Amino acid sequence: MKSLSQKRRHPLAVVALLVMGLLLTGALYSVASSANKAKADTGFSAADVTAGQKLFVANCATCHGMGAQGSPAAPSLVGVGAAAVDFQVGTGRMPMAANGPQAEQKPAQFNDTQTRQLAAYVASLGAGPSLPDPAMTDGQGDATHGGELFRVNCAMCHNAAAAGGALTRGKFAPPLAGVTAQHIYEAMETGPQNMPVFSDANISPEGKRDIITYLQTIEKQGSPGGAELGGLGPVSEGLFMWVAGLGVIIAFTIWLTSRTS
Amino acid sequence: MGNPSDGAPQHGGTVATAGQAGGVFEDPGIPPHRLRLSDTDPKAAKRAERQVTALFIISVIGTVVFLVSYFAIDLGPTSTVDTIRTQNILLGLSTAFAMLGIGTGIVHWAKSLMPDHEVSEARHAVRNEDDRQAAVKIVDDIIEETGIKRRPLIRNTLIGALALAPLPALAVFGDLGPNATDILRHTMWAPNAQTGKKVRLTRDPDGTPIRAADVTIGSAFHVIPEGLNDLKENRNNEKAKAVVLLMRLNPEDLHISPGRETWSYNGIVAYSKICTHVGCPVALYEQQTHHLLCPCHQSTFDLTHECQVIFGPASRPLPQLPIEVDSDGYLVATSDFHEPVGPSYWEREYS
Repeated sequence: MKSLSQKRRHPLAVVALLVMGLLLTGALYSVASSANKAKADTGFSAADVTAGQKLFVANCATCHGMGAQGSPAAPSLVGVGAAAVDFQVGTGRMPMAANGPQAEQKPAQFNDTQTRQLAAYVASLGAGPSLPDPAMTDGQGDATHGGELFRVNCAMCHNAAAAGGALTRGKFAPPLAGVTAQHIYEAMETGPQNMPVFSDANISPEGKRDIITYLQTIEKQGSPGGAELGGLGPVSEGLFMWVAGLGVIIAFTIWLTSRTS
Repeated sequence: MGNPSDGAPQHGGTVATAGQAGGVFEDPGIPPHRLRLSDTDPKAAKRAERQVTALFIISVIGTVVFLVSYFAIDLGPTSTVDTIRTQNILLGLSTAFAMLGIGTGIVHWAKSLMPDHEVSEARHAVRNEDDRQAAVKIVDDIIEETGIKRRPLIRNTLIGALALAPLPALAVFGDLGPNATDILRHTMWAPNAQTGKKVRLTRDPDGTPIRAADVTIGSAFHVIPEGLNDLKENRNNEKAKAVVLLMRLNPEDLHISPGRETWSYNGIVAYSKICTHVGCPVALYEQQTHHLLCPCHQSTFDLTHECQVIFGPASRPLPQLPIEVDSDGYLVATSDFHEPVGPSYWEREYS
């Protein structure tokens, strides 16, 4: 130790100290950022991320930019999380076919593995909502509580029977029948397009599970009244009554006033 | 064609004779009676009889099916939506057949079996000019005999009495129901009058308080005042006035007018959910365009410009609820709304 203390005035001592300081900072940063990363993309391997990056550069970077930092044509994807990618790509909304009022659902362009790799890459860019816990999308929650949450938070846009509805200037809230539980959960968590975000602080994961259970229940058991006519309320029911109801009345009127042969 | 008022029976066809001297329409008379199949063929009559009977029996079956499905289908605690659907369909169809069976049966009976000879009925006689003048004379005589023109004092006092007579009714109508002004001006958001404790914003329907940190950008919270779920009476009326939509935007997207600088918190804003048109809940929030759409009549409010109306029939912006954060980090309302929420009413502009 004596030799070390004697060398403290050596001209290279400052350089050595700087190198040591940089090494320490770098080590601490890599520990911290790997902790961050582990939180951001649980379950994704480095190979997933690499494969996802290749897919991203080939298919998404035209609009979202090479590093997913966004462009005038498309938003940045840093921090949107794996859930957003799984929803947008898994339902076929991304890649977008054309610019319009909103990206519409269409047959998915990527298979499950590719979707997962893309999600892994985007999740590696920054912490965001991760893929939902399968226990929260099993549809085994409380349908009654889910129905109450649905009527307060969702029914104004998606319709009380989850049949969807119109928004402003060509946008619309899609019907929810046939949407997988995982996609419903991800939509609530990430707020795709014009849908507001319903984070875990707003509707807890258990609440989301209840909503999914409610949606699956009403989809399975159907309407108590017979023909639903799309569940659209007065529009389809009124149309039916104007056409079929008035048609029957006119037919009876003709019969009443005709002469018997 | 003689005088139409002489009461002699007329066959229809000629409507007016004035100005048509010599050009009178020929009365075509009644077309020849055509016999029906059931009048000439006893087999056809028998067949029609059987058809009518069958329709009445269909009605009987419909009634029986209705009663059976109403009483025999058990809607106890174990029943499912399937059971309810089956019963609803059976009740609807059986009622339809019960009613239609009677109705169509009677009509078919009348059309095919009851006598169908044509009947011609004379038009009622029109009163003549003499009668009309006699009536005018009676009215004139009455006015003359009352002397109302010669005695203006009587006339004027009568007009005065008639004008004043409805006043008691007006006074009584004025007391119908309480004046709505105060009820509609205040909501549960006002801080406690004694302690000054401010009301927390809580989630609908659970009633759990909301931290500012919970409201991430792009979020929309449906909000009720703290304590609403504890109300024993008037809960729905209070909720209908106090419901609020809470959203967070980038603070630079908000265009805040002078005087409202302290009404929002880091881009978190709260607005009444009750449309200023006719009071529907405005809750269709588009988080990219920041439009709030009312589903009833498509009134659209621009959240970035303090909910100005940009489309539709609403005439006023949605009232904003001033909010801040309390010492525990929860969102609270600093005061009640500064104007009555919801649609216009008579006394709204007068306090």
